[in-house]
Amino acid sequence: MTDTLVEVQDIKVHFPIKRGVVLDRTVGYVYAVDGVDLAIRRGETYGLVGESGCGKSTLGRAMLKLTEPTAGRVVFDGIDLSAMKGEPLRTMRRRMQMVFQDPMSSLDPRQSVESILVEGMRAHGLDTDRQATAKRLRSLLSSVGLPSTSLRRYPHEFSGGQRQRIGIARALTVEPELIVADEPVSALDVSVQAQVINLLEDLQQEFGLTYLVIAHDLAVVRHISDRVGVMYLGGLVEEAPSDLLYAEPLHPYTRALFSAVPVPDPIVEDRRERILLAGDLPSPARPPAGCRFHTRCPWRQRQRCDTERPALREIAPGHRVACHYAEDIRAGKIRPHAVEPELVEQDVTGGIGPDDPLAGPASVTEALGP
Amino acid sequence: MTARTDKIDKLAQHTARSDAGVSLAAAAWRRLRRNPVFLLGAAIVVAFVVLALLAPLLAPHDPAEPMLGDQVVRARNEIPPSQPGHPLGGDQVGRDLLSRLLVGAQQTLLVGVLATLIGLAGGLVLGTLAGALSGWVDTVVMRVVDVMLSIPGLLLAVSIGSLFAQPNQYTVILAVAIVQIPVFARLLRGSMLAQRHSDHVLAARALGVRERAIVFRHMLPNSLGPVIVQATLVLAIAIIEAAGLSFLGLGNPDDRLPEWGQMLGQAQNVIDSHPELAFWPAGCIVVVALGFTLVGESLREALDPKSRR
Amino acid sequence: MALLEVRDLKVEFRRRGEEPVRAVDGVSFDVQPGQTVGLVGESGCGKSVTALTIMGLLPKRGPHVSGSARFDATELLSLSDRQMRDRRGRDLGMVFQDPLSSLNPVVPIGLQVTEVLERHRGMSRRQATVEAADLLDKVGIPDPRRRLDEYPHQLSGGMRQRALIAIALACRPRLLIADEPTTALDVTIQAQILALLANLVRDTETALIMITHDLGVVAGLCDEVNVLYAGRVVERAKRHDLFAIPRHPYTHGLLSSIPRLDAPRGDRLSPITGSVADNIPWTTGCAFAPRCPNALDVCVEVTPEMTDDVGVPDNRSLRCHNPVERAKRDGEALV
Ligand SMILES: Nc1ncnc2c1ncn2[C@@H]1O[C@H](COP(=O)(O)OP(=O)(O)O)[C@@H](O)[C@H]1O
Ligand SMILES: Nc1ncnc2c1ncn2[C@@H]1O[C@H](COP(=O)(O)OP(=O)(O)O)[C@@H](O)[C@H]1O
Ligand code: SF4
Ligand SMILES: [Mg+2]
Ligand SMILES: [Mg+2]
Repeated sequence: MTDTLVEVQDIKVHFPIKRGVVLDRTVGYVYAVDGVDLAIRRGETYGLVGESGCGKSTLGRAMLKLTEPTAGRVVFDGIDLSAMKGEPLRTMRRRMQMVFQDPMSSLDPRQSVESILVEGMRAHGLDTDRQATAKRLRSLLSSVGLPSTSLRRYPHEFSGGQRQRIGIARALTVEPELIVADEPVSALDVSVQAQVINLLEDLQQEFGLTYLVIAHDLAVVRHISDRVGVMYLGGLVEEAPSDLLYAEPLHPYTRALFSAVPVPDPIVEDRRERILLAGDLPSPARPPAGCRFHTRCPWRQRQRCDTERPALREIAPGHRVACHYAEDIRAGKIRPHAVEPELVEQDVTGGIGPDDPLAGPASVTEALGP
Repeated sequence: MTARTDKIDKLAQHTARSDAGVSLAAAAWRRLRRNPVFLLGAAIVVAFVVLALLAPLLAPHDPAEPMLGDQVVRARNEIPPSQPGHPLGGDQVGRDLLSRLLVGAQQTLLVGVLATLIGLAGGLVLGTLAGALSGWVDTVVMRVVDVMLSIPGLLLAVSIGSLFAQPNQYTVILAVAIVQIPVFARLLRGSMLAQRHSDHVLAARALGVRERAIVFRHMLPNSLGPVIVQATLVLAIAIIEAAGLSFLGLGNPDDRLPEWGQMLGQAQNVIDSHPELAFWPAGCIVVVALGFTLVGESLREALDPKSRR
Repeated sequence: MALLEVRDLKVEFRRRGEEPVRAVDGVSFDVQPGQTVGLVGESGCGKSVTALTIMGLLPKRGPHVSGSARFDATELLSLSDRQMRDRRGRDLGMVFQDPLSSLNPVVPIGLQVTEVLERHRGMSRRQATVEAADLLDKVGIPDPRRRLDEYPHQLSGGMRQRALIAIALACRPRLLIADEPTTALDVTIQAQILALLANLVRDTETALIMITHDLGVVAGLCDEVNVLYAGRVVERAKRHDLFAIPRHPYTHGLLSSIPRLDAPRGDRLSPITGSVADNIPWTTGCAFAPRCPNALDVCVEVTPEMTDDVGVPDNRSLRCHNPVERAKRDGEALV
């Protein structure tokens, strides 16, 4: 028995890009997640950080089997979820929950807080006794810092921070072990962000939770996580304990990311040396060959970086980096150089978001609207 | 300290809402009540419905009885003018026009409501099937729906209406209803599809809620808004289309129970000499259709998620 | 003399059947030529409405505006639409948060730039095209000649924001207002855009009003910072002073709410309680009082006025009855 709660092994999620009016033709794939290995230990907080579109949410959803992985395995507490379907999977869901970015759209606007909270319990047969359920809901509400009068209200009557608390309470109703929190604070105001971050930390203590916290804000991730994984274009490029990653970021992308985050301190801001990355994030539908980062990397070396994809290697205990030259960069043997920004063609399919209809319009008239 | 918190509480109470909880529907209703457009539309609709329901009591005369028949002179195109007891005069065979209009309201309402309900029911079934099951069911349903939608509504209704050997009141209703089915189906499927990819449906799935409950508790209720709005608008369309069918002679041939479209159709023979015979039913159709449209549009506005706060 | 002088600006939205919304409730600040001034505050505190009012871009119906905004001794609020449009072409430029919706989707980027050049700088089509390519180059768009013919949707978010900046700069404004220009962008792209803005402002001596909710952005860019709360400025100070000794409890609370990249893991954040919805009207007292750890009884009875802060030697103004004592903030570790 290891202390690993959940593990993904070489997981891939490729979304087909469909075209065509009558017959849907697959014209390519969005390589949203393209071969990620990571393990989360029981009771820890694992932070996943990266720019938008790099596949963080997709990875989180694939881990919960909310998106079907194209390849690879998900192992939860020793149980292989890959082939699991139907009722067994549904029962498993009790043990792993999700908290969403947008606290408004993730709550059904037509349900009162009470029915939002009871729903999961009912689905897993946990609301056998009315009295006990009522008591449990009240104690949950107080755990997340909402008044018990909230039960009869509707989501639109709450502020953003309070809605996020409802979303967190909903995840807790089924007594999960793992919570995947996808950008839990990025839609909130600064002062409210801090409240929710503290709440997440308190709840972890209280209920012994394991977290995967996904965020694009490096400062938030570093603050809340024990270990941090940095993603770039569908792959993990670096993984290390939070303090170590901050003290010694080894991957060029991590370095650039750290240097780009604004710090609310003019003294720091005036002195810091910025690594400005040239150009844009390439489209995940056409990831560059070799190292995915080589088009923007200030440390890129000819040939090897352009052709050979670096594996995620353990460079120091607990510190994994996917860069051919991590050791040389650490030792200062190679220096950053200027990078010519490359054009990133914004192809029309590149912008498919999770909100867009997936299969494309079912017919011509749909595209024109009713 | 306490003085301050008291004062803050007092100030806060000013804006605090009660604990009762206001559902979206209740909030929409509050917005609606203050909207003059809605009030105007609703006044028209209510007046129409009340008149239609009470028509048999209100109508001063029997709408089928040509009691002014002696005043009709075919050869000289004379029809009974306005006179005491018959404020609008009579029609081309001498029946009291006001009574016919009132009873006509009842028939028109019946046609509009039944046609809309049947169309809605069919659309709900097809749309829910397509939206909930997706896959090939969706493809098949949507192809059929698209073919139907590609034919102009009235033309389709006429074709369907002419399939029946003996047109009567119910064939009209059916023809109009069938035309509306694809409209509802497509609308519902579209908004169910949007719901399927929404976060709260994903959240329910992550919670382990059963698929059936997801469809009926989350996807369907949240997709109904636009359908309800459409139903109101379709009432107006159904009335106009039914009138069109009657006008073209595909309506109820039995004119003892008048219907506005049918009255309009019969008035066309005398439209040159007596435009008022066409004016009254046509005006009623326009006003009532406008009433339903105003209600529908203000409903759309009130249910719009953007105006939600 | 100040380039822009905003005095007691108030904007109220009145809508039929609804409580009027005081979006801006008496904002005053100055912008000197070439200076970069920050307006910071959480969402809904009136930053965007302030900017739109200065630019004359508020919707025609609904808002009631009072106070004054003098640009170079001209009262902007009393200009006609036509005069205002002219001003916008010559002296004032604006960059918005969402570059896609503020670019015309059906007109190529190049044309959107040349249009401004032809209209406001009287250039010929040919001159304008050369100048447009030059501008795109200056804002760091690679291969600018080719990009001239492309449509907004063909550019990435960062490139669109650059294009928008190019359009805003095309008429060589003396004042540029940037409303959350990097909020929709990723951090690495944000860093590029901020560096670009800083350079442009320095090279062209354009004054800049930087509107943001991110205190980190302000810390790196602004000369002077105005902190807004519920439609009023509550603290104004030079950049270094503000961050070294935040005096207003709100500023102080914001700074201790933000997880810092350079703080060790395990430090607990000290958030401000409540949310911006928990306000009291400024007319009754201090709007922040319900959330303020320093609040006194007087805070809910007397409206605090904006006064020079005598508690610190620097030149700052404050709207508070009981400012935070000047203790140095902890966590001064450096990157
Ligand atoms: N359901 C989907 N269908 C098609 N493409 C998708 C879908 N979900 C995400 N993508 C694409 O996959 C990539 C990664 O998306 P996502 O995981 O949401 O990134 P992140 O959360 O890091 O911002 C993006 O390019 C996005 O457009
Ligand atoms: N067109 C409008 N109609 C009514 N209220 C508005 C309008 N625009 C802004 N407001 C209100 O004004 C307040 C300030 O808005 P804004 O200036 O956009 O805030 P921010 O500081 O986030 O930019 C908010 O409460 C907002 O709801
Ligand atoms: S492998 Fe090469 S291109 Fe990739 S990060 Fe390392 S140095 Fe840069
Ligand atoms: Mg995401
Ligand atoms: Mg704004």
